[in-house]
Amino acid sequence: MTTTTSAAAPAASKAATRRGAPRRGVANHGRLTPWLFLAPYLVLFLTFVIAPVILGGWISLHQWDYTLPGKPFVGLQNYQDLFDPSSITFGTFWNSMQATAIFTLASVPLLLVVPLMVALVMNQKFPGRNLFRAAYFAPYVLGVAVVAVLWRYLLDRNIGLINTYLGNLGLPDDIPWLSSVPEAWVALVGVTVWWTLGYNAVIYLAGLQDIPRELYEAATVDGANKWQQFWNVTFPGLRPVLSFITMITIIASANMFGQAYLMTTGGPGRETRTAIYEITQTGLRNFQMGSAAAMSYVLTLFLMLLSVVVFWLFRERKA
Amino acid sequence: MSTAVRSGASRRRRFVLGTMSVVAGLALAACGGGASPEEAAQGGGAAEAPEFTGEYDGPEVTLSYWNGFTGGDGPFMTQMVDDFMAEHPNIKVESNTVQWAEFYQRVPAAVNAGEGPDVGIMHLTQIATNAARNVIVPLDDLAENLELSADDFTEEVWDASVYNDQRYGIPLDVHSLAMYYNQDHFTAAGITEAPTDLASLEEAIPKLQAAGYATPLWMPQRWPAHLIYLSLLWQNGGEPYAEEGDEALYNSAEGVEAMEFMRGAVDQGWSPSNVDPDAEYVAFKNGEVSIHFNGIWQINDLEATEGLNYGIAAFPTIGEEDAVWADSHNFFITKQATDDENKYAAAQVFVAWISEQSGEWAGSGMIPARQSVRDSGALEGLPQAVIAEKIDTMRFLPPIPGVPTVQGEALEPAISEAVLGNAEPEAAMTTAAEQASELMKRNLESFGG
Repeated sequence: MTTTTSAAAPAASKAATRRGAPRRGVANHGRLTPWLFLAPYLVLFLTFVIAPVILGGWISLHQWDYTLPGKPFVGLQNYQDLFDPSSITFGTFWNSMQATAIFTLASVPLLLVVPLMVALVMNQKFPGRNLFRAAYFAPYVLGVAVVAVLWRYLLDRNIGLINTYLGNLGLPDDIPWLSSVPEAWVALVGVTVWWTLGYNAVIYLAGLQDIPRELYEAATVDGANKWQQFWNVTFPGLRPVLSFITMITIIASANMFGQAYLMTTGGPGRETRTAIYEITQTGLRNFQMGSAAAMSYVLTLFLMLLSVVVFWLFRERKA
Repeated sequence: MSTAVRSGASRRRRFVLGTMSVVAGLALAACGGGASPEEAAQGGGAAEAPEFTGEYDGPEVTLSYWNGFTGGDGPFMTQMVDDFMAEHPNIKVESNTVQWAEFYQRVPAAVNAGEGPDVGIMHLTQIATNAARNVIVPLDDLAENLELSADDFTEEVWDASVYNDQRYGIPLDVHSLAMYYNQDHFTAAGITEAPTDLASLEEAIPKLQAAGYATPLWMPQRWPAHLIYLSLLWQNGGEPYAEEGDEALYNSAEGVEAMEFMRGAVDQGWSPSNVDPDAEYVAFKNGEVSIHFNGIWQINDLEATEGLNYGIAAFPTIGEEDAVWADSHNFFITKQATDDENKYAAAQVFVAWISEQSGEWAGSGMIPARQSVRDSGALEGLPQAVIAEKIDTMRFLPPIPGVPTVQGEALEPAISEAVLGNAEPEAAMTTAAEQASELMKRNLESFGG
């Protein structure tokens, strides 16, 4: 590590001594220094990430109700229950995992493609561009409660605006958007796409602006049409951004809770009760923290496997 | 919170944060009570109840008072608390209003951490659960000193706050399900008297339909669907839970019949299908629904609805006997208050005073629980007076710990499926009963019977 990079050393010997001193200094005092620099973050990381991970694992081995004095150790029972078809948690848990899977599979492709198209348009030069950029991003600043309550009323089967307008257009006006599947999934995915596409679009837009203009010029010179330019310049250029967006979109979708909680209350029956919803109910309403912790570890495991797959898909391919 | 967790960060950190936040939340929540189980186990026995004189003359204390009166009932409670403080200068009451939906999650956690209420109000249905969790303490002495007894309350409401032979709640009011109707619709259909039973209901509906109200009675599939179901089950002579608290009887003949009536309302065309949460209430306020079942707590909101000419009557007797679901707001004192003798004494004075002044509370739309208060004319001219006449037919859930969550987990989704027509009433109720029974057995185990 040299300290003389900016200043062109006037005398070589002087530079040598200066270079030598700090190196010895690092060796003498350095052991703690990096940790001290890390400390502010490390404290937070240990308190809010590592400690809960360990404590959560510990809780998952107990029948843990924090309001009761006894928290009996049950070993892997909570996990066994999740994989034992005869236990009552089995049905509800896997039903909720299925709900999460359905939502993720339906929403992720849309949240990858639609924002990309929006970003491509927003990357063009046209009057009022900033206004449109703001308009697409606007829903994202709303909280989940606002979004969900708003859409709950709009989508109501009997008194909602959407069905009324559909009726005015001569289309079916009795679509149960919130109380029947698959309609409820369409509603939940649609609302989520409307709500969050702006965020992904902004990231895409940043990625698009990072692609050197010369590449397009070179492609044009080579006679590539717009479509070929997209596949051979834009798409590869977006790869790092794409892998980031894919990952966070999958995780965000797999953690879907608020929309289902507020719009469908998990209904019809418990069809749209997602994994996070089920974990919240189990842990915070039914006070079965042990079982809920076990569920969240199983969900975590699934997400980890999924991210390995995503990383593998987006790995740098060395020609 | 799903997508809300997005802000700039590296992929890996995001991943860890995203997936672990759930675990973190749980673990943090668990920290509160995990520290000293023995201490928690002692529960209410911590301090001897001081001699109750009805007055508090100790040093100045501040009471933390929690309730869930977020609606039209809120201002009345605030007024009562202000009046109390004016009369008791050495007791300061700090109110904290938390939505009921969050209330029962927060109170146990907060009390365990010593940051919760000293005194508060919760629903009767929640009393046994919180007693079993050692959140609240017995109030037998207080009831005795106040010379409160079953004589001044109906037996049903008085007995329902007794758990393991100890009293944990002092009822402030009772509130039942009621039938609201649109006066203009009734006039148009030529109905002069509100239906009181199945026969008059079956007579009224076709008249309303003929008058142009195609679907006069909207049957909800979510809240308050299970309250309608319970009312009907009781009317049929059934009980939702076995006395031992280890079994749910939703699929009894009475329960299935209740469910069939509810689905029948849709099948017969009284109600549209797929009524979304709260839609039937909004539609009633908009004048699209003729007959609507809801709690009397909606009175103030309906009063404030412009252009709505509504009437209120008792929930009709559709089964064999007169019965209606009801609940009650009950005072409780937490184990947290008993740690401090002065707070404990002040809390008792507070409960006694408000309980005596509950006439004012009638303005919130509720029915004062005390006979003496009702007799003093507190309900005169108020809409809920007609409901109060039926106080002897009000039924309360038995004091079995854990029942509210059992209903939320097992009964409510099953009712939703049955009303939506996704499951046959009997099949839905059987599945729900099995699931509920299993949960109840587990509850008995963890609460030690």
